[in-house]
Amino acid sequence: MSRVYLDNNATTRLDPRVLDAMMPYLTDRFGNAASRSHAFGWEAEEAVEKAREQVAGLIGAESTKEIVWTSGATESNNIVIKGVTSMYAEQGRHVITQRTEHKAVLDPCKFLETQGSSVTVLDVDSGGRIRLEELESAIREDTILVSVMFANNEIGTIQPIAEIGRLCKPRGVLFHTDATQAFGKVPIDVQAMGIDLLSCSGHKIYGPKGVGALFVRRRAPRVRCRPLFHGGGHERGFRSGTLNVPGIVGLGQAAALTGAEMAADAARIGALRDRLWTALRDRIEPITRNGDPQHCLPNTLNLSVHYVEGEGLMMACKDLAFSSGSACTSASLEPSHVLKALGVADDVAPSSIRLSLGRFNTADEVETAIDQITRAVERLRAMSPTYEMALQAGSLQRRTG
Amino acid sequence: MPYSEKILQHFEHPQNVGSLDTDDPHVGTGVVGSPACGDMLRLQIRVGDDGRIVEAKFKTFGCGSAIASSSVATEWLKGRTVEEALALKNTDIVEELQLPLVKIHCSVLAEEAIRAAVADLRAKQAGGGS
Repeated sequence: MSRVYLDNNATTRLDPRVLDAMMPYLTDRFGNAASRSHAFGWEAEEAVEKAREQVAGLIGAESTKEIVWTSGATESNNIVIKGVTSMYAEQGRHVITQRTEHKAVLDPCKFLETQGSSVTVLDVDSGGRIRLEELESAIREDTILVSVMFANNEIGTIQPIAEIGRLCKPRGVLFHTDATQAFGKVPIDVQAMGIDLLSCSGHKIYGPKGVGALFVRRRAPRVRCRPLFHGGGHERGFRSGTLNVPGIVGLGQAAALTGAEMAADAARIGALRDRLWTALRDRIEPITRNGDPQHCLPNTLNLSVHYVEGEGLMMACKDLAFSSGSACTSASLEPSHVLKALGVADDVAPSSIRLSLGRFNTADEVETAIDQITRAVERLRAMSPTYEMALQAGSLQRRTG
Repeated sequence: MPYSEKILQHFEHPQNVGSLDTDDPHVGTGVVGSPACGDMLRLQIRVGDDGRIVEAKFKTFGCGSAIASSSVATEWLKGRTVEEALALKNTDIVEELQLPLVKIHCSVLAEEAIRAAVADLRAKQAGGGS
């Protein structure tokens, strides 16, 4: 039995076509893109600029100068949250974000608070979307930045991005979105959506790890940002450091491929995800889908499999790789802050798993997953005291046939 | 985090999964933890006339280490006296399963379940025997 990888929101397999594009820059074309005096440098620079076009193209950026290379979305988020707030501190020190953000946004925001900024963290509805009227009333005179993720990594919920952009723009508030999960999966248009800053990463779209980008708007308005790294003034001063040329080439190629194949991939992967959901729903009731199916990434399925603990379920599905909503790694279990924000009950949250599909998953793999998960759930429920209690209380219908 | 062979063995083939009649005066039932904490363990023992444990059963909601710890604990209980059962320590389970640090609480839960089951049995016998 070969292993089935259903954890594509954690990371993805490098597309062979991306590796092909990278290889020359790991071998013969090893030049430093900042070397201006010889051909080694020129060809590296040319490759980096082509990648900039590819990434700019995927998000509708007006100019390649708006793309800054980073080590990944965590760095991009840090540059925005620390660098922008530092630069605009005289205008105000208030930042708005929301509860289901990745820690790569929430933790820098917590840091900001220790530096004297104030941060408003918006609640979300039961599907994980912010309420626009709450955002509107949270914006103050001294608000300088709104940071709301494009799509959530655990539940796949897509935020009302264009509407947020429309709220921010006339109020002169910068709008940042961590698009790590949405980038390459759903259409993004920084112009139409009023996005001023956008974080993305290579390894979520079949590109290499350790490379990402930050879109920084240059016109209407021109966004300024204090760098985290000083030293050489690379990337127009936004981010010093010798460029990771092979990684950048890989990210560019990955962006070009996901752009060209987005509609087809989304349709195919969405159908696989829907098959996974309907089959599991029919076979292992009671089961709940977390998130907002109306506004969800096509590849993500977050489930609460009642009366079974998520980590135990992962272990019982030996050939499958997915993740659980919470890790039972200490005396006090740390439940997912995302599920908590949705209002998922404390006794249900540990039963949650995340299945995230990708380009390389096949229909056969999905059937394998359905069979293994179904068998594992039946086995674990047979040893679950809470399942037995529910059966005895008559709150479950005994399965027949 | 890779699991030890022993954990996998007990997780794949758990011993003594099941239930005993909670109303039986010879049965002690211990329930510890809760689903909200991520682990819930129900451990039951049945004693014979000689005071030795003739049967031990469990049902566990939890991770692989919690299920393996339950399985090991119930295996050890069989044939022991109640006093011997109380002498079992969570560290015995840690050693047997080579539980990683982050999973030690699973063995603590098993020890607590044993104590709770014995306490239940004693309460029943004190009540019924007087």
